[in-house]
Amino acid sequence: MTDLTINPAVARKILTGWIRAEINRAGMQRAVVGLSGGLDSAMSCFLAAEALGPQNVLAVRMPYRTSSQDSLDDAQRVIDATGVQSATIEITPMAEPLLERFPDMTSLRRGNIMARMRMIVLYDQSAAFGGLVVGTGNKTEILLGYTTLYGDSACGLNPLGDLYKAQVRQLAAAMGVPESVRVKPPTADLWAGQTDEGELGFTYAEVDQLLYMLVDERATPEECVQAGYDEGFVRKVVDRIRRNHFKRVMPPIAKLSNRTVGYDFLYLRDWGT
Amino acid sequence: MKLTIGLSQINTVLGDVQANLEKHLEIAKQARSQGADLLVFPELSLTGYVLQDLVPTLAHRPNADDPVFRPLLAASQKIDMQVGFVEVDERRRFYIAAAYLSGGQVLHVHRKVYLPTYSMFDEGRFFAWGDSVRAFDTRFGRVGMLICEDFWHASPPYLLWLDGADIFLHMSASPGRGLNGSDRLESAAWVDHINAAYASLFTAFVAHANRVGYEDGLNFWGGSALYGPNGSLLVEGPMHEEALTLGEIDLTQLHHTRARLPLLRDERPGLVARELERILHSPNPNPGR
Repeated sequence: MTDLTINPAVARKILTGWIRAEINRAGMQRAVVGLSGGLDSAMSCFLAAEALGPQNVLAVRMPYRTSSQDSLDDAQRVIDATGVQSATIEITPMAEPLLERFPDMTSLRRGNIMARMRMIVLYDQSAAFGGLVVGTGNKTEILLGYTTLYGDSACGLNPLGDLYKAQVRQLAAAMGVPESVRVKPPTADLWAGQTDEGELGFTYAEVDQLLYMLVDERATPEECVQAGYDEGFVRKVVDRIRRNHFKRVMPPIAKLSNRTVGYDFLYLRDWGT
Repeated sequence: MKLTIGLSQINTVLGDVQANLEKHLEIAKQARSQGADLLVFPELSLTGYVLQDLVPTLAHRPNADDPVFRPLLAASQKIDMQVGFVEVDERRRFYIAAAYLSGGQVLHVHRKVYLPTYSMFDEGRFFAWGDSVRAFDTRFGRVGMLICEDFWHASPPYLLWLDGADIFLHMSASPGRGLNGSDRLESAAWVDHINAAYASLFTAFVAHANRVGYEDGLNFWGGSALYGPNGSLLVEGPMHEEALTLGEIDLTQLHHTRARLPLLRDERPGLVARELERILHSPNPNPGR
């Protein structure tokens, strides 16, 4: 069994310092977080509140008409626990016209539209509130590509992207994220009864371990099978990682000149700050 | 002889030499007022670390005609200083460099000889490789300077030792990585481990100054430290926060430790040289197997 234990105090210090530094470098002091009621967005909200002060964080709840009341309640618990500013902006009246236009839409398309509608709301609130959007994607879902491009993956900075789900859980416990948020099954809450693990076909506990071995330890798929992982499971995960890589990189630019953005025009975003 | 070493773990402004210079001068004043004799800054302390295409625009030459080194040399009248910068040579090659300034003079410049170009590092793409490892004399005795990856390899500290260095000044811009259950990142634990080892193996003083702050997603962990000839930790800076950490060292400790443990006396560089010659000139010197 791979040990995914982290020292939450170390992670907390690095991540809160990082959020503060990077938002200040962007010329701002505030942050906006979309709060779903789930673990990851609660974690980002806790970190941002500690980094910037709760008065400088706006948590936005963006329910759709099918969203569960539990999600709204859990999001409220996070708002109460952190003391951040909050707003509730329903996406139903914005999403509905597009959804109704294509009644045969697959759940994938419907889910993407909702995720992107929330992105539009968050980025609008970002401009109105004067804060950067803090991302909520963890390492597990980034690697699996279990995310909507330009939807829930859209953000100004992401403090959770190098923590596996199991590690977010440890940090959340240490920082006092409400228990009801921590113990419930992860879900995108796009339809009743949906869970991440049901959709993915495996559990976070299993896949975190495998991803750590494949990515952090650079093991080959064959070595993972030799270590006892089911071959079909390994193949499925390796394939997901590869197929979804487009979600993790900027769109390629066709190179024509001697100096091209993305290839040989190389500066950090923090350039000059 | 006693001296007080100041380990200055600073954050830097990425690509703004003037802003970083002002911070150096300010800390030099502060360190002097607190009784420091020698002030050690981190790697690329005048520029920031992930410079990429900024490199050619930030390069300087360490002499009194240079607008950045002129005030630093003036400040070195009051306190010895080791600073990190981008050096450009006469043929326009760029190096990650460290300069030792004392009494208004540049006593030595070290150009980083190992440029990590793997994993998150891309130094070899932007910089030329330094080509020498030399100790040099200061008013405190013989000193050697190394920059980060230089001392991840065992040979540069060993060469400095044989070249007479009793005080090792190590500077880093070490990105923190390897979060696990420990209260230290793996990268921090590793660097502490090897610096303590060099102090022990070479029965010498090792001062390590490491950066703090962030550049995009990278964090720099600080934790600057000073080790004595018995391998013991003398002082240590905080993790992830700017700090000026002072430690007094007593050079007579070299006498005591080496009387007890004559590793330097018994070292056999001639044997090393002979065996290296043999290894380098054997028919299959570096077999890939």
